[in-house]
Amino acid sequence: MRREPPRTIADYAPLAFPAIMLIVFFVVPFSTMIAVSFFRRQQGGFYTPDFVIDNYGRFLSAFFGGVLGFSLALAIMVAVICVGIAFPFTYLLTKTSRRVQIVWLVCLLSVLSLSEVIIGFAWSTLLSRTAGITNLLVAAGLMSEPQALLPGFGAVLTGMVYQALPYTILMLYPALVRLDTTLLEAARTLGASPLRGFINIIVPTLRNTIIATLIMVFVFALGSYLLPQILGRPQHWTLSVLITDQAIYQSNMPFAAAMAVFLVLISLALVGLTLLAGGRREATA
Amino acid sequence: MSGLHLKDLSKRFGNFTAVDDVELTVPHGTFVCMLGPSGCGKTTLLRMIAGLEEPSAGSVVLDDEDLTPVPTHKRNFGMVFQSLALFPHLTVGENIAYPLRIRGIDKDKRRKRVEELLALVHLPDYAARPVSKLSGGQRQRVAIARALALSPRLFLLDEPLSALDAKLREAMQVELRQLQQKLGITTIVVTHDQREAMTMADLVVVMGEGRIRQAASPMEIYRKPADAFVADFIGSTNLLEVEADSVGRAVFLGQPIAGLSLPEGMAKGLVSIRPENVHLTENTNGAIRGRVTFIRDLGGTIETFVEAGGTIIVAVTTPRERSNVEAGAEVGVTLPAESCVVLQQ
Repeated sequence: MRREPPRTIADYAPLAFPAIMLIVFFVVPFSTMIAVSFFRRQQGGFYTPDFVIDNYGRFLSAFFGGVLGFSLALAIMVAVICVGIAFPFTYLLTKTSRRVQIVWLVCLLSVLSLSEVIIGFAWSTLLSRTAGITNLLVAAGLMSEPQALLPGFGAVLTGMVYQALPYTILMLYPALVRLDTTLLEAARTLGASPLRGFINIIVPTLRNTIIATLIMVFVFALGSYLLPQILGRPQHWTLSVLITDQAIYQSNMPFAAAMAVFLVLISLALVGLTLLAGGRREATA
Repeated sequence: MSGLHLKDLSKRFGNFTAVDDVELTVPHGTFVCMLGPSGCGKTTLLRMIAGLEEPSAGSVVLDDEDLTPVPTHKRNFGMVFQSLALFPHLTVGENIAYPLRIRGIDKDKRRKRVEELLALVHLPDYAARPVSKLSGGQRQRVAIARALALSPRLFLLDEPLSALDAKLREAMQVELRQLQQKLGITTIVVTHDQREAMTMADLVVVMGEGRIRQAASPMEIYRKPADAFVADFIGSTNLLEVEADSVGRAVFLGQPIAGLSLPEGMAKGLVSIRPENVHLTENTNGAIRGRVTFIRDLGGTIETFVEAGGTIIVAVTTPRERSNVEAGAEVGVTLPAESCVVLQQ
């Protein structure tokens, strides 16, 4: 569809509402945060306007480097696992009858109604020694006595994957439902087994969708700060946990703001790299 | 027995029978067109041959080997889909080489075969292009080349030309036929276009409501349709209700058709006669009387619509042999017996 390019100021009017929303709820708060990250902290509570880079300087330590690395690695793992599970699942879901699809999608949507707190405490019960799933394994004769599966890295990962999986599926579903089914049939007539056709044809055809979903889940997982505290040990705490800790318990707003800005920059850089790599592959393909 | 043999093949979806007890033998090297209106089961039949649809009953046998339990990817049939199903993330060359890559054929041989196939479909030097940059006709050729890459035992095409414009479609029909004759490969094309079937096929299989109505050469189908459905579907025809008189002659509106008699025991029947075989005379003696209601002059041919006793009879003539009639004129219609086919009503 061709549209006339806007000529007069009035033609831009429909943009006003989203622009105001974006400014009020994103540009202003984010600018404030960037400004605060350069302010000087007052011992005992508040901060005064200033321009110091101490907040960023303090960040360049092995401890914060380690936490940042762990946060990024955890978010990447959650993204990869979620897409790894959700892609085949959603693909098979689109092959089922309409009614089965609706039941599944409603169940998945209902998971979204749970808050991070409820998910965290539900999993801490499920993974506990006294009331957890290991009791079922003991009852089934697969284990000799119940064990506590938390706190630990596995528990954090499980909780975060559980939380992000419905988003992943909902993001993949529209693309997979529209997929031309004859592509796989064509691959089969050309000698590819259904599994091989899926890997050779379906996955590459939806590469852009997969990349977009990975990025979304990555960003989503990066912001998680409750699950690592409920299900993990202090060494499993992410940068988001530390930001919360600095901002709320240590009352060190400038440092918290500096960490937040840094996290945003690193995330943007990673997303940019991913898109760049995807774009380059497209150019050579 | 050599060739393709479909034995009592049926497919039911719930209560709906898409393909009903189809029995067909196709000798090697034959070009078959499955022809029928939409929803007649022709595509389902093709998909069962390809193994993409499991038959509810019956079997698909090729050269005495029962292929019914063999999965699609082990059948080695080439297939062109209606949507063409070219892989959008691969180039033309990679699309064609895909079946070769799966068989583990090495890179040099693959490249050589791709060049060979692209030359065959008249698209040399297109290997490096992305599929999205091709025109409709070019995509068509790439899909054909890809399906032929492994020298398949059967070449199946599902409405392959339906997305092309009329002119290109006719050119591709001729090209497809020539390609098939060059390779000598057994080919089955599903189409709803009877001109396409007449152009390409050795054997036309007319399907209706899941059953084979007639399987014969294009000329035989045209000249000797097996029933009213086939007569009506292939080309245009006049279907006239006739009765037998006391000596068995076919009588239309009280006027016996000279030299045409109904088979013994048939009191009523249908006569199918092609418009080009209907003769109009100004002399109404011994002819069916009618009134010209409309004349459609198409330049190359002239269609004259004659109303006789509530039935419209269409006559087609060339301008040279055009009788000098006007709309509203009284004319006599004669039906040469050798062009009439008597059908069950």
